[in-house]
Amino acid sequence: MIRLRSLITYGLLCIAAFVSVFPFFWMLIGTTNTSADIIRGKITFGGELATNIANFVAQVDVARVLFNSAYLAIATSVLTLLVSSLAGYGFEMFRSKFRERIFAGLLLMLSVPFAALMIPLFVMMARAGLINTYAAIMLPGIASIFIIFYFRQSTKAFPHELRDAAKIDGLKEWQIFLHIYLPVMRSTYAAATIIVFMANWNNYLWPLIVLQTNEMKTITLVISSLASAYYPDFGVVMVGTVLATLPTLIVFFLLQRLFVQGMLGSVK
Amino acid sequence: MAVTRLGRNENLNGWAFIMPALVLLGIFMVWPILWSLWMSFQTGRGAMTQFGGLANLERLISDPVFLRALRNTLMFLVIQVPLMIVLALLLAVALNNPALKGRSLFRTAIFLPCVTSLVAYSILFKSMFATDGVINGFLETLHLIDAPIPWLGQPDTARIVIILAITWRWTGYNMIFYLAALQNIDKSIYEAARIDGVPRWAQFLRITVPMLKPVILFTTVMSTIGTLQLFDEVNNITTGGPSDATLTLSLYIYNLTFKFMPSYGYAATVSYVIVVLVAILSVLQFLIAKDRK
Repeated sequence: MIRLRSLITYGLLCIAAFVSVFPFFWMLIGTTNTSADIIRGKITFGGELATNIANFVAQVDVARVLFNSAYLAIATSVLTLLVSSLAGYGFEMFRSKFRERIFAGLLLMLSVPFAALMIPLFVMMARAGLINTYAAIMLPGIASIFIIFYFRQSTKAFPHELRDAAKIDGLKEWQIFLHIYLPVMRSTYAAATIIVFMANWNNYLWPLIVLQTNEMKTITLVISSLASAYYPDFGVVMVGTVLATLPTLIVFFLLQRLFVQGMLGSVK
Repeated sequence: MAVTRLGRNENLNGWAFIMPALVLLGIFMVWPILWSLWMSFQTGRGAMTQFGGLANLERLISDPVFLRALRNTLMFLVIQVPLMIVLALLLAVALNNPALKGRSLFRTAIFLPCVTSLVAYSILFKSMFATDGVINGFLETLHLIDAPIPWLGQPDTARIVIILAITWRWTGYNMIFYLAALQNIDKSIYEAARIDGVPRWAQFLRITVPMLKPVILFTTVMSTIGTLQLFDEVNNITTGGPSDATLTLSLYIYNLTFKFMPSYGYAATVSYVIVVLVAILSVLQFLIAKDRK
């Protein structure tokens, strides 16, 4: 009875694991096959990898596109972490009735859907002449309520004695933040970096609205438009999909524990 | 109360640290959300707008495309979220068994999908569910179907693909939350239940689920809010088709604003439907959870 049950458990887990991993295999196999073979569901490796890469490079300014994606993701992440961790620190360290009310207000806005913001944001950016610029992509995301909340929660574990000692030593508040808080909280920063970097690297809807010329497009926009062609060349699309997925996949395998910690951070 | 110099300093510092974030949130969140409320009272297209009172609301309730998008979005919600939560719970419970061999391997594999970008995995699903594609190939090899199913060509099957895709992407994500919460349940509770002869399924329903209630609630709220805003998947797998069968509210707002002759006021009205739905569902879920305590 118990043997049978564990056999069923293993069987179901194997199916779940297979289903979870198969699309990744599918993506890798796809880079080596012709579009026709992909559509026909060929699940063995083919010999078209070089052709697909050559076609991808011919259709897409790869360096430019990867630069756009990397620049937007990294610059936005740095600014988001800075601004949001400052706020998280501020809300937790310097409590006042008024600021607590503001914080409660922020939490209420945590679930405001982006769909309700995108039209006014678009009009704002158009009026400011920022359409098709990096700034338009980056600005709305820098102050993230979620990350502020995340840092405030994590700051609760920051030892107050450290701050008191630094104050006695005559350090200013910004020096305490920079020289003591930042190094002590590095694992919080690392986990938050992963969340923010992934969100920005994978961002789709807002760049789709704001970025209009090819030399501004990100890898996410490029694979989306390649795949939505009337007759998409799926071999080429798969090469792009691998490029789009690789950075987050590498981060995941290198920093698995931090990755999971970052995702769980919000419920602690 | 006397305000000391130190206290005043603390207060100033408090404002200094949160000010950059507050200014940005004010400009890019508070102002847009209010502006979009004001927009929803404007009618007209492009730059020609005037105050229309409740005209947009009237248009809303008699707009068949909006009603279809609303129905689709709610249908995705009602079917997909419970399906995924139950699946994630079962997987978490199975993986929480310390005697299980290869736990971390299973966990990593099932978690892997949430590393992909929404656009990337949508494209993979689109190619896998092609009519002559790999999924139909599997099903035919297993003799589950006789003829290939045109997955993305029929309304119901296209909806199924969207639901399967989202479930694939997010089940592992939710599972991680449950696994973390399961670690905190005292093992002696199960021990006692086992000695009392409580069967496994009853332990699951009577111990595990109630103990995990806060996490289940949290993930349900998050998934609900996510599904109400569904955009990337439908835009990349089906572009809302066939014949609007997978059109969601977010995609409709996008189409109204950026595809057709822009109708900002009406699009803003539709976007407020999502705001209201998110608010109602969040409140409702918390009330239900409170009630059961």
